[in-house]
Amino acid sequence: MSAEKAAAAAIDVRGISKVFQGAAGDSFKALDQVSVAIRRNEFFTLLGPSGCGKTTLLRLIAGFDFPTGGEISLYGEDIANLPPFKRPVNTVFQNYALFPHMTVGQNIGFGLEMLGKPRAEIATRVGEMLQLVQMVELKDRKTSQISGGQQQRVALARALAPRPKVLLLDEPLSALDYKLRKDMQIELKRLQHETGITFIFVTHDQEEALTMSDRIAVMNKGRILQVGGPREIYERPAERFVANFIGESNFLKGVAQPAPKAMVRVDLAAGGRLSLPQVEGVPVSGEVTVVIRPENAGLVKVKGADFTGVVENIVYFGTDTHLHVRLKDGGLFTLRKQNISGVPLGIALGEVAGIALAEGAACLIKD
Amino acid sequence: MTTAAQVLERARRRDIAKRWLLSAPALFILFVAAVGPLFVMLLYSFLVKGDHGDVKYWQFSGEGWFNVFFQTDIFDDTVVTIADAHLSILWRSVKLSLITTFLTLIIGFPTAYYISTQPPKRRDLLVFLVTIPFWTNILIRTFAIQQVINNEGVVNTLLKASGLATSSIQIMFTDTAIFIGMLYVYLPLMVLPLYASMEKIDFRLVEAGYDLYATRYQVLRRVIIPLVKPGIVAGSILVFIPSLGAYVAPNVLGGGKNLMLATLIDLQFGKGSNWPLGAALSITLLVIVTIALLFYVRNASKSGVSGAH
Repeated sequence: MSAEKAAAAAIDVRGISKVFQGAAGDSFKALDQVSVAIRRNEFFTLLGPSGCGKTTLLRLIAGFDFPTGGEISLYGEDIANLPPFKRPVNTVFQNYALFPHMTVGQNIGFGLEMLGKPRAEIATRVGEMLQLVQMVELKDRKTSQISGGQQQRVALARALAPRPKVLLLDEPLSALDYKLRKDMQIELKRLQHETGITFIFVTHDQEEALTMSDRIAVMNKGRILQVGGPREIYERPAERFVANFIGESNFLKGVAQPAPKAMVRVDLAAGGRLSLPQVEGVPVSGEVTVVIRPENAGLVKVKGADFTGVVENIVYFGTDTHLHVRLKDGGLFTLRKQNISGVPLGIALGEVAGIALAEGAACLIKD
Repeated sequence: MTTAAQVLERARRRDIAKRWLLSAPALFILFVAAVGPLFVMLLYSFLVKGDHGDVKYWQFSGEGWFNVFFQTDIFDDTVVTIADAHLSILWRSVKLSLITTFLTLIIGFPTAYYISTQPPKRRDLLVFLVTIPFWTNILIRTFAIQQVINNEGVVNTLLKASGLATSSIQIMFTDTAIFIGMLYVYLPLMVLPLYASMEKIDFRLVEAGYDLYATRYQVLRRVIIPLVKPGIVAGSILVFIPSLGAYVAPNVLGGGKNLMLATLIDLQFGKGSNWPLGAALSITLLVIVTIALLFYVRNASKSGVSGAH
């Protein structure tokens, strides 16, 4: 392998577009000039609402669809126009797509068989994969005779058996119930760690994305809005859409004025004044939006508060309590307070609440 | 304990009685119109033939069955040879039916596949179009084909006009004509069951096949064909059985010269005036059909297990 190839990303997507032509001459732009580099051995997640283009991007990488424009390379090799059976990439499908006329073992061995591997090698590898997903005793079962969670494991084993360079996972956990999904999240992380294969995971579940990924690309309307680690995406969302889609956010309107040391002074419409660091792409004067996570705001006495409002609703969640506070400009602010057993909340409906922000809790955001 | 069991038993019996009652009309028609005549036919095959057709009642003879397989010399009753004519017609019928089945499968498979990959609205329209030939009487349709393929028909006129042929190509009264006729008539019977099982295929399975390094041909052989096997078997049976007893196409398009089983049977009850032989030939046809059906049932139950998903 040349030095250049060794340095190449596992998957490099450059300026990919995909336009679907409708029957009535209309067209739908599923992907619009998307570029992203996915590193080797990375657990990379494409996150976004349905119809954002994440599955389309995955299908382009798998080869089920072909791009209208742009390039896709795998370890430096252009694959955008190769048929799927010529790409060293395997997929775990949303509803597993296990072959119903084959046993568990036959399903897992299918890829190797198609690659023309000798029978003995296939048998050994199938055994290894069954062990990896802890399903050895179910080898000769029909896929219709095993549970959803087990089917999920077979689908994983089948996709991993041919040792793909990249594994694509299309919302593989969405059909499982909550408890099983939690277990499989840990299982997937373990498999990725043990196999050292690059995983590209598609989901609309932000929690799943945050807990499993090394890096996340947040997508909307055929574009990638932000790429970064889970913490970066959560704590420093680049756009209002990202902040809204991942976790809960409060958006406050204000008027900005430039301040020294690359700071901005913002007079909030709800009252109060914040001093915030400048953010690229956000004007330093005029109307701006400030984003604040509910857990980064605290309840204080009115006197020392950054701004105030009237408590309109109190929702108990077990681990914490959400307070909905009506601000002076009419906006609703959500504040999350962690519950401690035996300690009262200290505020009641209709009372005026003082809200104080933690250091770095508020930041300017692109609308 | 016993009372509970008794109640259940009574409910079960009531259920069974109700089922018999519901199926009674169908069973009645079946017995009167199918099973009854079948026994009459079986009886006739063992009777002595009448002088001008018909049979001599209650005079039993194995002659009808004997004549299916053997023939006696016209000049010498003691010289017995195997009835080449009957057996070759039997074999010819089976052969033509098998070829027809195979051809409808080869042509019907891509058709059904194409329909099943279309958007739902279009699919319904295409299935509807496939059934259109059923609206016209088979005899009229077959005569229409005759007009197309005869020496002065559309095909030959076009061939001559375009210079591809200098004189008419003889299609009528050949096996080719019979195939064309049977293909046309039986193709929908193949396409519909094929479509019915293809429509149920999850096309992600096809994608999964491609994803796991299977080429187009391997996906067809290892994924699609096993999944549509029930449709292939059903369609083949639906085409093979009526082909075996086909009467219209061999007579109208084949000219009744190259006999098939149905024409042979018809002869015995008509010009041949040999009802016992005709009856015995009919039963032979029935046996072949039954064997084909048994094959189907066995296959259907097998694929029923794998298809349970």
